[in-house]
Amino acid sequence: MALLTATKVRHCFGGLCAVSDFNLDLQPGDLMGIIGPNGAGKTTIFNLITGVYRATEGSIQLRGTELVGKTPHQITALRVGRTFQNIRLFRDLSVLDNVRIAHYAQANYSSLEALLHIGRYRREEQRIIENSQRLLAIFKLEHLAGETAKNLPYGLQRRLEIARALAIGPELLLLDEPAAGMNPNEIDLLMEFIQWIRTEFKLTILLIEHQMKLVMGICERIAVLDFGETLVEGPPEVIQNHPKVLEAYLGEGPVG
Amino acid sequence: MSAQLRNGWERLMNLRWLMPVLLIVGFGLAFAIPEYNLFNKYVQLVMMYVGINIILTVSLNLVNGYMGEFSLAHAGFMAVGAYTAALLTQKVLPMAAYPGLFPLAVLAGGLAAALLGLIVAVPSFRVRGDYLAIITLAFLMIVKSVIENIDYIGGPRGIPGIKKLTTLPWVFFWVVVTVWVIRNFVYSKYGRGVLSIREDEIASDLMSVNTRGVKFLAFTVSSFFAGIAGALFAHLLQFISPRVFDIIKTTDVLIMVYLGGIASIGGSILGATVYTVLLELLRPSTMAAMLEWLPAVVFDPLNEYFIQRLGVWRMVIMPLVLVLVMIFWPRGIMGLREFRWFVPKRDLEAHHNHNAPGESHGAPHGH
Repeated sequence: MALLTATKVRHCFGGLCAVSDFNLDLQPGDLMGIIGPNGAGKTTIFNLITGVYRATEGSIQLRGTELVGKTPHQITALRVGRTFQNIRLFRDLSVLDNVRIAHYAQANYSSLEALLHIGRYRREEQRIIENSQRLLAIFKLEHLAGETAKNLPYGLQRRLEIARALAIGPELLLLDEPAAGMNPNEIDLLMEFIQWIRTEFKLTILLIEHQMKLVMGICERIAVLDFGETLVEGPPEVIQNHPKVLEAYLGEGPVG
Repeated sequence: MSAQLRNGWERLMNLRWLMPVLLIVGFGLAFAIPEYNLFNKYVQLVMMYVGINIILTVSLNLVNGYMGEFSLAHAGFMAVGAYTAALLTQKVLPMAAYPGLFPLAVLAGGLAAALLGLIVAVPSFRVRGDYLAIITLAFLMIVKSVIENIDYIGGPRGIPGIKKLTTLPWVFFWVVVTVWVIRNFVYSKYGRGVLSIREDEIASDLMSVNTRGVKFLAFTVSSFFAGIAGALFAHLLQFISPRVFDIIKTTDVLIMVYLGGIASIGGSILGATVYTVLLELLRPSTMAAMLEWLPAVVFDPLNEYFIQRLGVWRMVIMPLVLVLVMIFWPRGIMGLREFRWFVPKRDLEAHHNHNAPGESHGAPHGH
């Protein structure tokens, strides 16, 4: 059974359609990339999947459950994690709290237990701390647990954002331009890293990226988007030399 | 010197057993002071005002500080609590036969306010910042004009002759309950949810935080304690009217929140205490009593030109103090820091950095 399917998804802001006919079929364990020129509607697709926007038309299903109409936290609780194009950490909070916050849906205690610090509160809080510390250790951030997130260097902020996304316990991870602002060396490391978390956390990954090196290097399938429509879809070898892709990226006809 | 002071403070904060000891001593004093008149009546009255203002400040801080919303409705919740409790003790409950029913009336005031808080939470789903401020301001005006137009509860004349049932032990009790519950709130998933809403609401929702649920809870808890404070206030002042609960009252509480420091319970306690005491010190009678020891040559002109005119000068001095505080301490007395006594041990330990460069900066709570 497909993990995530999108059928004829359309989303318009007023008269402008950022996504006009988007289709996707993601199998468990896939590592798929979405590429396309600026303004092609890539991030909008992530926002549609995670419920930030509500699709004007069409259907998005996670293991058969309809996602259109659900709120972001409901969708996230169905184990969909994501990162953001421009890092959106809780900047003034500690590294540990950034990860702890993402445990909200898993923290199994009521508001009354929280207000009185009774019942399941203690056990659950202990579990959340342990799980957060485990994640921070995996990402080599454990010594920074008490540091304010905004004080971390850029690379570590990116890493923390992924750790935070994994804290919700995702099956599906959406990475929005994970290589943004990285040099070629760092991109190599990131590629290894993505492969590694994929096996370690048994993830299905959908990523948006501009860095061809990364997309061509690790994605098994790539969808090319332009003006909100899927232009081509296929393995990297096919995409690389596809005339439509070259046209979308470089413009048509000879320069002159 | 300052380093020594800081060091001593750090050590004091690490003595976690001191907190329960202070609590017990505090309770003892709360009973002993009125019983043996350890301070005069006026000082006792100021102490109770300080307590009520602490309840108001800590509860408003939950919404305006931790959550970063801008609600102006606090005086409205206070009014609902005050009127509910006063009506109960004046007209409904058989207080003469059972004076022990007072806590029930206070609780009812809190619950009535909480119910209204639930309603005010709804607009906060859609609007933030200035717009929410305007909506909550409108709510405050509605509460006021509704009260003004119901004859049964005295209309614009208010309710006079309320029994004086608020005592120092009761105020102390409710301060402890407020601080404890809101501290518990802050150090739970809901508290972290509130903080994440302040930081980035959409990201918060995308990290599985039920932002609407968290807002409901924050507004309900905050307005509950505002109602409690109102109920205590009514039975201390012994007279309430719609005019008492206008925007000025909210502004007072806002000032105490920002003076103490947002997102800090310790800050709110300090802010409420400092502001209330300063306001009292700037009364002509208090100031004159304080400066009596000066020789007549100095005292008489001072008295004539300054002390007796403090009623006017008060409202110049206080805002000036505020402006200065905001310039030199833009984040209030406590900034984003917290008394470590209030932070659960679990949180403190988990936040401990092995290579922390300094303790003063770092997590907004816990360090």
